[in-house]
Amino acid sequence: MSVGILGKKLGMTQMFDNRGSMVAVTVVQAGPCPVVQKKTHEKDGYTAIQIGFEDAGRQKAALKPYKGHFKSSGLKPQRVLKEIRYNDVSAFSIGQSITVGEFKPADKVVITGVSKGRGFQGVIRRHGFAGKDTGHGTHEAFRTGGSIGMRTPKHTRKNMKMAGHMGARKITTRNLKVMFVDTENNLLLIKGAIPGANNDVVFIRKA
Amino acid sequence: MNPLVELNSKKMARKDVTEVEVGDHLKVWTIISEGDKERLQPFEGDVIRIHRNGISTTFTLRKISYGVGVERIVPLYSPYLARVEVLRKGRIRRARLYYLRSLAGKNAKIQEKRFN
Repeated sequence: MSVGILGKKLGMTQMFDNRGSMVAVTVVQAGPCPVVQKKTHEKDGYTAIQIGFEDAGRQKAALKPYKGHFKSSGLKPQRVLKEIRYNDVSAFSIGQSITVGEFKPADKVVITGVSKGRGFQGVIRRHGFAGKDTGHGTHEAFRTGGSIGMRTPKHTRKNMKMAGHMGARKITTRNLKVMFVDTENNLLLIKGAIPGANNDVVFIRKA
Repeated sequence: MNPLVELNSKKMARKDVTEVEVGDHLKVWTIISEGDKERLQPFEGDVIRIHRNGISTTFTLRKISYGVGVERIVPLYSPYLARVEVLRKGRIRRARLYYLRSLAGKNAKIQEKRFN
């Protein structure tokens, strides 16, 4: 897997690209992410690095097992942890920081985050159903889904689209373009929208 | 808006912008690229609105061209904006001069601001 970093979605704004056209961008404060742990074949059966993001502060630091995890590395407890699989982890050392400097403009990235929760939604909003005609005798059923099956097989088929909880699930958006890298403030400017609400944690890796 | 987002857009904005106010009569030159050639296209009109939003700030120019009202929205920080010249300052009493749209001829004129 390629370079990955954890970040916080700060919000959206606009900027001029190198052709002078205005583009919408999302500002992400990413890293610096310290390498907290290295998973090895001998010990764990697979190889990966574990990176952290943001100091946990007092609340979580108070939990003893959590504290112990960071003890050997000498790092402050981190709020978010994420493992990245690598075939070879020898290039990394514990305590080393991954920063936005790993990215450069025009890089393609893949961003994973948790989408905004929408609560319990009907079929029109959740699945894009068309709804019913509001005239021609329709009554009390303008936004229903309609039939959910046939006479046979006498039960509702699996994965039938119905009303239910929408959003707040893991979403990965691919092929996003890095527009600008601000190493001073640890900012990445990504073209277009990314999953999640402002201040949500997102995972960014090179495509 | 997050202060970092704001800071960032401020940092990326060009610094050589002309100060523009509502009611001003301006002449702006925008860079038009046709194929591999570039030329400047002038547009002269009154500022009827300024939409202030950091780097996204725009202003609307209105003029009467061959009897037809024409409006053009210009991004203040656009790299395509070659030159802005303030020809006249206007004496106005509103922030948005939309009322000019329903007026014609002499009524649609903005009184010039006099400095003593």
